[in-house]
Amino acid sequence: MTTYYSEEHEWLDVDGDTATLGITKHAAEALGEVVFVELKEAGDTFDKDDEIGVVESVKAASELYAPLAGEITEANTTLEDNPGAVNDDPEGNAWFYKIKIADSAELEALMDDTAYKAFIA
Amino acid sequence: MTKPRKTPLYDLHVERGGKMVDFAGWMMPVNYALGVAGEHKQCREKAALFDVSHMGQVALRGDNLAAKLETLCPSSFGKMPVGKSRYTFFTNPQGGIMDDLIVSATKVGFFLVVNASMREQDVAHLKILDIEVFEMDRSLIAIQGPAAEAIVSAIVPAAADLKFMETAVMDLMGSECRVSRLGYTGEDGYEISLPNERAIEITRKFLEHPDLELAGLGARDSLRLEAGLCLYGNDIDNDTSPVEANLTWAMQKARREGGGFPGAKRIQRELAEGPSRKLVGIRPDGRAPARRGVEVADQGGNVIGAITSGGFGPTYGGPVSMGYVSAKHSAEGTSVNLLIRGKSMPATIIKLPFVQQNYKR
Repeated sequence: MTTYYSEEHEWLDVDGDTATLGITKHAAEALGEVVFVELKEAGDTFDKDDEIGVVESVKAASELYAPLAGEITEANTTLEDNPGAVNDDPEGNAWFYKIKIADSAELEALMDDTAYKAFIA
Repeated sequence: MTKPRKTPLYDLHVERGGKMVDFAGWMMPVNYALGVAGEHKQCREKAALFDVSHMGQVALRGDNLAAKLETLCPSSFGKMPVGKSRYTFFTNPQGGIMDDLIVSATKVGFFLVVNASMREQDVAHLKILDIEVFEMDRSLIAIQGPAAEAIVSAIVPAAADLKFMETAVMDLMGSECRVSRLGYTGEDGYEISLPNERAIEITRKFLEHPDLELAGLGARDSLRLEAGLCLYGNDIDNDTSPVEANLTWAMQKARREGGGFPGAKRIQRELAEGPSRKLVGIRPDGRAPARRGVEVADQGGNVIGAITSGGFGPTYGGPVSMGYVSAKHSAEGTSVNLLIRGKSMPATIIKLPFVQQNYKR
């Protein structure tokens, strides 16, 4: 399993052609208290940069953009009832989607842990 | 763009972890480490201190001040005793609102507090009158919440004697400060006008109290929204009339009937016939917040209005909005739909406020 990061502050735990996707701790902290999460459904397909959800904090609404193309195999609907989990455990229990990656070559455009740390520094 | 200005409390905000942003040309804290929701609840449950030094503090001096100011505002000032404050607004010739403000009667004239973004415009507007108008270069802090009286009166005992919308000059740690029992959070509390050179020292002294925490613009906005209080530029502006905005209470009977202020024609017509649209509370039935700009539709899908302020109410525990809808859809309990990101979400018209105001009358 390898973890990748996008410039939109998402993390992707990749295992073969499947991945778990969420937003980073840095993003969750910047958003402030998350009060609402809107998710796409399992079976929905998306291209890179498509909007695949909305995260609203007490401050503002932020769209979630796909870091690469793929298909949603599972959405973490527990976030709809407990949006605050995004603040409590953004890089763990508060994952957004399990996805199937359409083209693994698109991973090359993403950052590794070291690069992401430098990106947010 | 000119560089944003800093209030005298800027260094204290930075020291306390304030996340600073440019707001109306001023570097102001959105929130501190406690976060917007935490600061909001702090204010409702104990007390919070806000720096509102970016707002304009304007002194008026001269003869017949009340009568002159009444030519710009639809409120009565003639019988307002020294030590009383009143919420009012400048109206334009079309009956819209140019700014909202607080006017206090002092021993030597009137003391006004106006919105940060409107300072220059308001001062220029007041200078139409044949009076002295000068901006006071002072700091302004708001201490708001149920513990505010205990916190402020521990340092200025006389503050406890003020009632809601009363004001007096008091000695605060050796400096003359204007202490006013009012605010814009829906809670009991004070606004205190301080000399700039002592602002940090006096603010620190208040902050020693265990029930008081700093709060930023984020909490200020969610607090006033839950309390059903209008934000100039969002809920009221040059197009909205005070009647549409449910601010008729701020226009005393003599003025409503007698007129003699800009836009009296429209305002008196709306008072007589009812306005075509009204500002109402709109509560989304689901969890999705409906923010400014979201369209409001009736059950048939016809657009009947729009959200002017909206977000999440930490004390209310859900999404809260306000906006204008056509008068015939404005009754409490009316079911409407909000068009959020292309989806139609059910919502209900409610009577403002979302959270009961808690003033010391």
